Parts: sequence; C-alpha cells; structure tokens
Amino acid sequence: MDKFNKHTGLVVPLDAANVDTDQIIPKQFLQKTERVGFGKHLFHDWRYLDISGNESNPDFILNKPQYQGASILLTRENFGCGSSREHAPWALEEYGFKVIIAPSFADIFYGNCINIGLLPIKLSEQQINELFDKSDESSLSLTIDLINNNVTFDKTVYNFSLDSFHQYCLEQGVDSVGWTLNKLEKIKEYEAKMSPWQ
Amino acid sequence: MSNSTQAKTMYEKLWQQHIVEEKSGETPLLYVDRHLIHEVTSPQAFANLKFHNRPIRHPERTIATMDHNISTRSIKIDAAGEGAANQLRTLEKNCKEFGIELFGMGHKNQGIVHVIGPELGLTLPGTIIVCGDSHTATHGAFGALAFGIGTSEVEHVFATQTLRQTKAKTMKIEVNGQVGTGISAKDIILAIIGKTGSAGATGYVVEYCGSAIEALSMEERMTVCNMSIEFGAKAGLIAPDQTTFDYLEGKEYSPKGDIWQQAVADWKLLKTDQGAEFDTILTLKAEEIKTQITWGTTPGQVTSVDSTVPSPDDFSEQVEKDSCAAALTYMGLTAGTKITDISINKVFIGSCTNSRIEDLRAAAGIVEKYQAQGKSVSAKVDAIVVPGSYRVKAQAEAEGLDKIFSDAGFEWRLPGCSMCLGMNDDVLEAGDRCASTSNRNFEGRQGRGSRTHLVSPELAAASAIAGHFVDLNNL
Repeated sequence: MDKFNKHTGLVVPLDAANVDTDQIIPKQFLQKTERVGFGKHLFHDWRYLDISGNESNPDFILNKPQYQGASILLTRENFGCGSSREHAPWALEEYGFKVIIAPSFADIFYGNCINIGLLPIKLSEQQINELFDKSDESSLSLTIDLINNNVTFDKTVYNFSLDSFHQYCLEQGVDSVGWTLNKLEKIKEYEAKMSPWQ
Repeated sequence: MSNSTQAKTMYEKLWQQHIVEEKSGETPLLYVDRHLIHEVTSPQAFANLKFHNRPIRHPERTIATMDHNISTRSIKIDAAGEGAANQLRTLEKNCKEFGIELFGMGHKNQGIVHVIGPELGLTLPGTIIVCGDSHTATHGAFGALAFGIGTSEVEHVFATQTLRQTKAKTMKIEVNGQVGTGISAKDIILAIIGKTGSAGATGYVVEYCGSAIEALSMEERMTVCNMSIEFGAKAGLIAPDQTTFDYLEGKEYSPKGDIWQQAVADWKLLKTDQGAEFDTILTLKAEEIKTQITWGTTPGQVTSVDSTVPSPDDFSEQVEKDSCAAALTYMGLTAGTKITDISINKVFIGSCTNSRIEDLRAAAGIVEKYQAQGKSVSAKVDAIVVPGSYRVKAQAEAEGLDKIFSDAGFEWRLPGCSMCLGMNDDVLEAGDRCASTSNRNFEGRQGRGSRTHLVSPELAAASAIAGHFVDLNNL
C-alpha cells in the first residue's frame, strides 16, 4: 500500500445518497481473478449508455469536461452500501480517486477503503452542502492533509477525524498482514486457551 | 463495579471472548473461528498470499463452496460462461493447493454459502464467522458474531486467522407480541428496515429480541439476520436457545458427545445479561406488521402491500425526496398507484434470504391454494424457484415440493445465488419487473434496467400466479 500524507486535487460532485457497490462496480465485472482492470467499469451503468460501455453518457457527472482528472469524489450519505466487494474501492482507485468525501459511509466499504489506502473522509452535512455549492459553481480544488487531519480550500479549513491506527496505517503504508504476523505469539496464546467446540 | 461483574450484551461477550490483543493505539485484534469462502471474493486474496509466500494459518478453519457464479440449469463448471468458469477453476486450484475443503459443482454439501454453513453445523453460537460477502450476518441467527469482509481482510484471515475490528455500538430491536396469520420473517425484517431507513444501523451491531423473535424457527431467524446489512448493521444477533440447540444437534460438523454438552452449557451463557445497556433501542409491535414490499431502489423504500406507491412529498428531508423521485423514475412507477395494481413479468424465489426448506414450503403452500382453484403461473410471468443448497433441494424433492411448483408452471432449478445478483446466466432484461425473495433492490442489481420488488416467498408465489401483487389476506 502506498503512503498517504497530503493530496491536492480536483473535486467531482456526485449528488446522490445511498450509492451502492452494485452502482460503483456492477456484478458482470467481478469475474476477474486479478486486482486490476476495474477502473474502466466504474459506475458503468451510469457512465455508459450501452451495455458494452462504448458510448459515454454525456449527462453523467464524471463524463463532464470540467471534471476530467478529478481525484476527489464528493458524495452524499451512506456511500458504498450493499455488497462487501473490495472491487468497488479498487475501481475508484484505478479510475484515479485518492479521496472520497461524504457525510457517512457504509461500514464494510469504509474498512475496504482504509485497507487499500483510499482515504474516506466524513464531514458534516453542512460542510458537504457547502462543498457541493462550491463545486457546482466552479471547479473546486481541495487539499487534504492527513497528518493534520484537515481539508482546505481558499481560506476555509475543515477538520476531520480518523481512527488513530487507521491514520498510522495510511501514513506509513502498513502491510497489515505483515503487521499482524509479528503478533504470532499472541495468536498462539489465544489458540492455546480456546474452547474445544470453537 | 469491576468489568467482570457488569451486565453485558451478547455482542460484548462475543467480543471479549475473541480478543487476541487489545493495545492502545492499535485497532483490536480478534480471533476468527470460521472462515467461509466462495469463488468471487477470494482469488485476489490467494494470489497475494502466494506473492508474499505466506501459508494459510489454519486451512481447516476455512470452508469453500461455489455459489455466486454458477448456472442453475447445469452442474457443468463452464455453463455460466468463461469468466465464471475461470473463477470456479481458480477456486478449485487454490483449495487444492492450500488444503481447503471445497464443496464444488454437484457435491452433496454444495450451496449458497449462508445456507450450507448453518445446515452443516459449521455455524455455531459463540463463534466469530466471516466471509467475503455482506450477507454473512445471516449466521448471527445462531448467536455467532458474523459479518462480511473485503478481499484484503480475506487475505488477513487466511494468513493470521484474525481480523482487526473497531468495536461497534449496540442496538436492541425488540419485536413484541405475535405476528398475524401469513406474516413471515421477511415481513418482520422489511418492516424493521422501513422504520430505520437504509443506513439506520450503520456503526451498530443489532440484537433482535422480544417474543415475536423468540417464536421464530432457525430458518426464519436467518431471514431476519440476513438482511441486517440492508440497514447498515455490521452484524445481527439472536440469542441462542433451545430452538438453536435442537437445530444444531447431530448436524454433520456440530460438536458431538461431551464436547456438545460443554458447548451447550457455554452457549447458554451468551445471552445478554439483564440490565445490560444498549446505545439505541427500537421497539416494534408484531401485531402491527403487515405484508411488506419494496417500491424503490433501496430496501428501506418499503411499504405494506395494501397501500400505495408514495410520493416525494411524503418525505420531509430533501435527500429522501430526491431519492424517492429518482427511485420512482427508475422503477417506472407513479405515486399513488395501488401496490396491488402493479403487474410483474418475472418471479424469483431463492437467495440466501429465502431459499431454505421452510421458505419453499411456505411458497408451495400458497401455490397449492391456488391450484385448488385450478390456477397456475400467469401466462405473462416467468417464475423460477432456486433451492439454496443440494440438501435443501433433496429435502424439497422428498416432500414433493418440486412437483407442486413444476405442475403450477414454476421452473425448478439447481441451487445457487442465481438471480439475486445475476452474476450467472439468471439475469433480468431492461424493463423486466420482478417479485423477488432476495435482499437487494438496487438499480441494475438483477440486470441493467430491471426493476426489483423485494417480497416474502408467500407473496412472490401468489404474485406469480396473479400476474400482479396481491394482498394475501384476500386469497
């Protein structure tokens, strides 16, 4: 996992609540055994007019010229609800997103993002509304500072909070499996006292 | 008062019993007793293990099945296309290489992962069970802490038999009283989601309790817990009791002899202590729950079958108004339409929510009522019945349920996830309107442009015959 410290990028505002993982990456693209190749299918049914994905939908926000190259996704509540497919954050990451900002996220999706180094940021409804207003008016560039836990644009600063271990893992690009394998003695201790039926 | 004497919820007990390490500055590390895998969310986890040259810590604690991608028309591994076959073969290869037990195509134990775990006795109270699938909450019906995980976490469990988890808040959902005639477990859980909304339990582990929950069979409890994720809950729990122990005793993988006795004694201590505090409490009166049906594109957009399609004006929050308007457009519905006036052309009875033997019996019971009046599946409707596993299929066939369905014009299929998510050859066409006993009505879930209404097996069966939704009270 790459280290995350600071990121400045363009915001694309996806004004929809309860965006589920079936929308983020539809099931017909889950039949891969590799971890790559999902970005081009991100938001497939919204992004393309045809099933095979050749005809771009000009009305979909990600396809608008002013949002090309966006690396920060701004969206509404309960983003990433539904299935546990990690293919959803993989698709977002491969498309070029580094950060997702929403008032709330579904739990499994949130954890999946942390595990691959895609930063999910929760802000208040009011702050989210303000960012939507700004990004609708003109192209909005935000700076995300993970070390100081804030989002800045113009002279405005929004603070956000993150679990301290999540923050550490993102900042250091921790290999979480390797980290836990260093705790093998603890795991063995637990196993030695397990119930016989467990 | 010390921690050990404080009244605890079932979740807190399960949590404490599985702590491997809880250290300041680190997310707690919990032990995973059982890991269930399938073909879709495991290949990249195996690939990463191999890349790092890491072994699986306890291959005997992982069980694999094939369910998401498989055809329900044929047991041939390539019957649902090349991509599916590649994933299925990859699972076969990985299981062989790492020494994992696999219930492959046509195996007597094969079936939907959340159907076979319980029916084989792999799902036990007091355990932590994970799977790369969000409907893992199903296993909470036994008093197991069970939740869906992503592929990075699948890899973490493979390598360490543990997971890092942030402690959730606790929510008690109490359903008191007795449900009316013909009201199913599906109606109970949809009514709950209707109250909380699609994200009402995000950040929570939910415990279902109350007399209406205690009265449910294990199959019904699984239907309730299965949909915990549909209102955002990390997991759903029901306290194990005699119903649970009776169900599990003698199952293929259940503990036997003295170990069984010890297990039951331990499991009886799991229930939430009197006086334990929950962060949130929700109470429902069972008598008030009617037959439910979703009208929109999230499970929280639900109403009773005897009502009408809502209007954006019925909601106070702007986000909900917008969601309602968008859902009506996608679903091709007009506010104010009577639900029973909505016609359908597809019916799916199956999925990890409603494909167990009791679900099939309930649906067949409705079909028999209609057959007595000389009625069968409407000429406008294609209806399929997909048992959850080969064991369910065998039981249903022994009881003659397959014949009841076939004689009435339903297609009797082979087990699998089928049309719940359409990752196989059971996919809806754009514009199709389906009465589905599955768990998600998201846009495009069952096929691009298709429209899903989530219902109970009883309502699905009745609607297949009527060609539109029906009030079961008026049968």
